[in-house]
Amino acid sequence: MSRQYLIRRLLIALPSLLGISLVLFTVLALAPGDPFGELATNPNVPPEVRMALREKFGLDDPIYLRYIHWLVAMIHGDWGFSFVSRVNVDTLILQRLPATLFVIGSAQLIAILVALPVGVLAGTRPYSIFDQIANTLAFVGFSLPTFFTGLLLILIFSIQLDWLPFVYRSDIAATGFQWVWEYFKQAIMPITVLGLFQGASLVRYVRSAVLDVARLDYITTARSKGIGERRVVIRHVVRTALIPVVTLVALQMPIVFSGAIVTEQIFRIPGIGSLLIASILANDTPVVMAVTFVFACLVVLFNLIADVLYGWLDPRIAFR
Amino acid sequence: MNERDIRELIDGVKKGALSRRDFTRKLVAVGLTAPIATQILMHSGVAIAQSKATYKPTKPGGGGPLKVLWWQGPTLLNPHFAVGTKDQDGSRLFYEPLAGWDGDGNLRPVLAAQIPSREDGTIAADGKSVVWKLKKGVTWHDGKPFTADDVVFNWAFAKDPATAATTSGSYKDVTVEKIDDFTVKVIFDKPTPFWADAFVGVNGMIIPKHLFADYTGGKSRDAPTNLKPVGTGPYLFTSFKPGDVVTGVINPKYHQENRPHFDSVEMKGGGDAVSAARAVLQTGEYDFAWNLQVEDEILLRLEKGGKGRVEISPGGNMEHIQVATTDPWTEVDGERSSIKTKHPTLSEPAVRQALSLLIDKASVEKFIYGRTGQATPNFVANPEKYRSKTAKFEFNVDKAADILEKAGWKKGADGIREKDGTKLKFVFQTSINQPRQKTQAIIKQSCQKAGIDVEVKAVVSSVFFSSDVANPDTYPHFYTDLQMYTVTMSQPDPEVYLRQFLTAEVAQKDNKWQGRNITRWRNAEYDATHTTAQTELDPVKRAALLIKCNDMVIENVVVIPVVARPGVVAMNSKLKAEISGWDNNTWDLANWFKEG
Repeated sequence: MSRQYLIRRLLIALPSLLGISLVLFTVLALAPGDPFGELATNPNVPPEVRMALREKFGLDDPIYLRYIHWLVAMIHGDWGFSFVSRVNVDTLILQRLPATLFVIGSAQLIAILVALPVGVLAGTRPYSIFDQIANTLAFVGFSLPTFFTGLLLILIFSIQLDWLPFVYRSDIAATGFQWVWEYFKQAIMPITVLGLFQGASLVRYVRSAVLDVARLDYITTARSKGIGERRVVIRHVVRTALIPVVTLVALQMPIVFSGAIVTEQIFRIPGIGSLLIASILANDTPVVMAVTFVFACLVVLFNLIADVLYGWLDPRIAFR
Repeated sequence: MNERDIRELIDGVKKGALSRRDFTRKLVAVGLTAPIATQILMHSGVAIAQSKATYKPTKPGGGGPLKVLWWQGPTLLNPHFAVGTKDQDGSRLFYEPLAGWDGDGNLRPVLAAQIPSREDGTIAADGKSVVWKLKKGVTWHDGKPFTADDVVFNWAFAKDPATAATTSGSYKDVTVEKIDDFTVKVIFDKPTPFWADAFVGVNGMIIPKHLFADYTGGKSRDAPTNLKPVGTGPYLFTSFKPGDVVTGVINPKYHQENRPHFDSVEMKGGGDAVSAARAVLQTGEYDFAWNLQVEDEILLRLEKGGKGRVEISPGGNMEHIQVATTDPWTEVDGERSSIKTKHPTLSEPAVRQALSLLIDKASVEKFIYGRTGQATPNFVANPEKYRSKTAKFEFNVDKAADILEKAGWKKGADGIREKDGTKLKFVFQTSINQPRQKTQAIIKQSCQKAGIDVEVKAVVSSVFFSSDVANPDTYPHFYTDLQMYTVTMSQPDPEVYLRQFLTAEVAQKDNKWQGRNITRWRNAEYDATHTTAQTELDPVKRAALLIKCNDMVIENVVVIPVVARPGVVAMNSKLKAEISGWDNNTWDLANWFKEG
């Protein structure tokens, strides 16, 4: 892998990020709505206050001026501040990041830990009973949307059985073991919902990758040499089959940071996804802009990482 | 009801022939609010009922944690920047005003030693000033004493246009002077009968001078205390994540004896109203949930869980239909609905009368809103517990058809009435919201029976309620014949609320549709009546004037009130909390407690 390749890829990323930011900004600026709409229906707030706020926050400037202001500030590391809470955007995002990383990260981790062995087993024994069951469950998993499974789990485990809380709290007062237990209890349902959804599609993917590789001639060769089945699968089949899976997982990583809007809303998880949806509803442009832009950066970055990983895992691919 | 009638009623109260509550009920029935009624009695020398909390615990603390759910969490904690009730409610955990409004519209002192009155001369006879005596021995959470300087500072802070405070409406027209360390005087530029606005209730929360003095005007956003409030309230601030959670712990030095009951408070945000109701009523995970604008049917079902109850508190929200007076279909000088035009059909009183008979408010209440929306004849809110049995609204399709027939509107071949080639066809818009679409359907149906064709239109809320000058679908543009939404009377005094029918307030291109008069109705008599009411010192005469304003709006069918929408909250069955429609949900937080 050459350093030149990396530098070239990074340089290509810059104009695409610039383009993304321009499109995002224009769309947001053209979208209807007003962060101070709520003030308009309140007869106690004089219209001048709303006008003054609009002017103060630069909402009355032409779009291109606002974009240039935003871009210059962003390059200087100033992300701007939220119109709604008047807090700096980076502070807001950092506040929400831990919950998102914990919940979505665990879900992703569990999805991988479950999907890999299940997918490999199902792929090496196609159309066996195990494969049939795994397949059915995977279908159920990714055809049920998270808002449905989320509500279903709440109805069963919170309302009927009263075992688990359905409001996620980031400020649990307990300490030590009690704290861990409480945190664990409230995280079970959201992690299950997300893990099921992500794991299901991953199982299907791993299975088909394994199936593809298992038919190749070199596997037959390995078997005919008399290597045990277990070694054939682990050393020969899985290693090759996992190359595309690694790419897929790397490309899914940005989601861990961007949060899961629906699931976060249902369980009231104070993550990036709920921040994004609340900001969209309140027309809080700086926050929406920052969150979507960070997401775009992560997608570009993880694409690059995936490409690099791909070349590292599979020496046949050359960087040019 | 005129001035003489009101005076007779007051005499009745003085002689003991009429109870205070009956008096209030009679005034509310004609479109006044409970707080106004109370003020009239006060001015007339009837001793005011002491507004007192029913608080049972005999020591502070010991109540465990109080967990409340605001499904839209507070996003900022400076009361002067509060954008919506969520921010005001959140700020009220830590900050307090001089006095608050209880559910019956009485003032209850908080940081004031007592409520100003005419007898002790603290309310000037000429109505141009009021003197507030402050409670002594109150300290800010950081230990500094609370004094008159803080109060004066809040006035200067909020009225500065560079601060762009959302509370500035209450402070920009008054002057505040310090008399001594515990006395302040609020001076009005003209006789002001309704003096309890600055430093009272929602807009009255007081922030500490010593922490904000360096951050006024343009620098106000940078104040570190914006994010970690230091107030005088029952709970000390511990943490805040905008939109997610606000927490606090008991203030051991709180200025009211034996209060508060709870050891800590947590206000959690996010999610939706239905699941918030569920967390209180069904699972009991939380003690209190705010603003449950959920179909009553669902609330009734959840209440069966037995863990909590729904409480309805009358307030100033009014779902109403506005009737155009100008022509929305002709463009003059670059704007439709210009005041240079006249509506081709709705300018005829008979058509308006007929229309008001075609709104089936009773069905709207019964089938759509249930307990969460009460059919009402008046534009000024009408709390249920004071509702007069005599005030009535009418729904009568035959009568409406008859009125139209007599006015010369004959049914055409398509069943739609017409006169001189003009058909009775209206476009009726509102925001996208399920109950509103159902209401539209009910109205469309009855209009159809009477020979009026109604085309319904629904606009996305974020567009409808925006102040976007370029978008013709916003409610201030009102480019249709009829439109429906909720207006809020956020103050107990209806004077500001009734400004929305003044000629000077017409929303039009010249003022970028910032004016409050959306219907663009203009009436010299109304203007004169309202102007007189603004400075009329005699509360009885003033009440009569304000009643007349409400009546003129209803008689001329400028708007058609549909349902008054009370505040709906859910609370744990053990929790005792007084909710007032005239103040924040958390106005009385210090007195909340749980029964054993």
